[in-house]
Amino acid sequence: MPNFIIEMRQITKNYYLGQNVVQALRGVDFQVKAGEYVAIMGPSGSGKSTLMNLIGCLDTPSSGEYYLDGVDVSKMSDDELAEIRNKKIGFVFQTFNLLPRADALHNVELPLIYAGVSASERKQRAIEILNRVGLGDRIHHKPNELSGGQRQRVAIARALINNPSIILADEPTGNLDSKTGEEIMQLLDQLHSAGNTIVLVTHEDFIAAYAKRIVRLFDGQISSDDVLSKRQSSMIST
Amino acid sequence: MHTIERIIFIIRESIDAAIRTLRMNKTRTFLATIGIVMGVTTVSTMLAIIQGLNRAFAEQFRYVGSAVLYIQKWPWVVTDDWWIYWNRKELTYENYLFLSERSELAEAITVMNGFQHQVRGIYGALSGVTILGVDEKYLQVRGGDIESGRFITFEDNRSARRVAVIGQDVREELFGLFDPIGREIKIGNIPFTIIGLLEKQGKSFGYSLDKIVLVPYHSSHRFVGKRPGITIAASAYENTNLDDLESELTGLMRISRKLKPQQENDFSINRQTALEQFYTSITSGVYTAGTLIAAISLLVGGIGIMNIMLVSVTERTNEIGIRKAIGAKRNYILLQFLLEASLLCAIGGIFGLGISYVISALIKSVLPTSIPFWLAFGSILFSSIVGIVFGFYPAARASKLNPIDALRYEG
Repeated sequence: MPNFIIEMRQITKNYYLGQNVVQALRGVDFQVKAGEYVAIMGPSGSGKSTLMNLIGCLDTPSSGEYYLDGVDVSKMSDDELAEIRNKKIGFVFQTFNLLPRADALHNVELPLIYAGVSASERKQRAIEILNRVGLGDRIHHKPNELSGGQRQRVAIARALINNPSIILADEPTGNLDSKTGEEIMQLLDQLHSAGNTIVLVTHEDFIAAYAKRIVRLFDGQISSDDVLSKRQSSMIST
Repeated sequence: MHTIERIIFIIRESIDAAIRTLRMNKTRTFLATIGIVMGVTTVSTMLAIIQGLNRAFAEQFRYVGSAVLYIQKWPWVVTDDWWIYWNRKELTYENYLFLSERSELAEAITVMNGFQHQVRGIYGALSGVTILGVDEKYLQVRGGDIESGRFITFEDNRSARRVAVIGQDVREELFGLFDPIGREIKIGNIPFTIIGLLEKQGKSFGYSLDKIVLVPYHSSHRFVGKRPGITIAASAYENTNLDDLESELTGLMRISRKLKPQQENDFSINRQTALEQFYTSITSGVYTAGTLIAAISLLVGGIGIMNIMLVSVTERTNEIGIRKAIGAKRNYILLQFLLEASLLCAIGGIFGLGISYVISALIKSVLPTSIPFWLAFGSILFSSIVGIVFGFYPAARASKLNPIDALRYEG
């Protein structure tokens, strides 16, 4: 048995809009091994966002099983999910989602507060990670005093602080210019090389090409699942 | 250990957040807390006034004396038909002699005969002065002492000498810096020789206790006016039960007044507790009215806070989403917003208390108002509790937000 970080079996998700039932996911089987770098792609309405929310434990499936790091999270309560998100998942969002009135240090510390880590340890770890993403000299800057790329680095530092099982990046370059976007993707590459498991959600081929495997969704089902060779990935990116 | 530290951190962070919110929306915050400010102002000012009333009454009681019984025609507090008392016979000097010869429980018994009259001295006239005809046991029963000269003696009284002991206000108004002892004071047109000066007594309800002239009882009858209606005052020994003294005096009075067993008492025995009871019945009305007003203004204030918190929750939906996404549980969000609401109210409470201090200082000349520590502390604590009560609904709403919707919300 391979060691799966994410193991989804026959996942469905239905939304109820008045009388209508929208089937966002119709039986998805999806596995990710430790250390993988997977991109999820698909047109809008394909169920991409729904799948991301489920992977990130922001929501629970209508049916099916989801084992995250060997733990069944498909039927957990809100508070249990909050704890799982805190300990196992590092989010990187398109819009950064930093607390606007808190400085970089406080933003990065925040998950540790909810994890109950002592103040001195929090500060030490946050500074360490901010150094790692190249923001050691910006720890007391607030988001509006930072550039887009720097904000995303703060968000990545926040995602890393609790040593999560997976880093879930949702269109991480969507709000950045191409040069800054590339820098962010290189940073994710470094994290992957360092052994982190990364799930990337994107609709852009050249961003997906940074990943080692591409899963395509269509109409709530997985339509293709390809492992990219070195040559393929360089072809797509050119 | 982590839990405590985490709670402290949440509190600190929430205080920061609340102060930031306050600073960012000064006008809105001011309008939101104004209800609480007014509520706390009402409550603490009212309590300060009641404190003042308590003090004023305590002063009055001190003057009345807690171990003194006053035997009079009228009770101090008339609760039933007044004509019953109206029809009573006046107390007489013979009643007084009878009591003072026979009472064994009384430490001292004295007689008082009171008038309001104009008096004249070196510097002109002073009207509305209390003239009290007393005997040599007056000071022993009522307390107090003379500052200079001597007091009225048994002989002064028996011979109905025209001598007087004056209070400090009378000295000040009529003699200024002159030593009044040995000088003449006129009550109406009758000259009296001043033999003594009383110590300063102070004020009670703005009414000076020093605007007084004491003369021998018999002189007051002979020269000032033969008004019926005397008061007999009896003081008890330190360890004597006032009830025992009262029943002894009641018995003696009934004999002295020749009452038959089936007849009701035709006199009243008054004491401080009667006033206290009357006072309590008045203040309980003030309390009830004040509590009602305070409750209404705090309710309005609380609704204001609830409103501002609902706005705040909506504005910060995205922040709540972020916090939840990275692992904040419901209770954490709940606590954060509750603390914010209660801090907001506490700030309102502090302002209200400040206003109430000012009001209290302004009326201090009329009433000895005071805002003791428990009142200050209690007002702030109470307004914080109002914040928690009215902040609960908005906070609960924040804590139940779905993280996906909250993250996507664009305010």
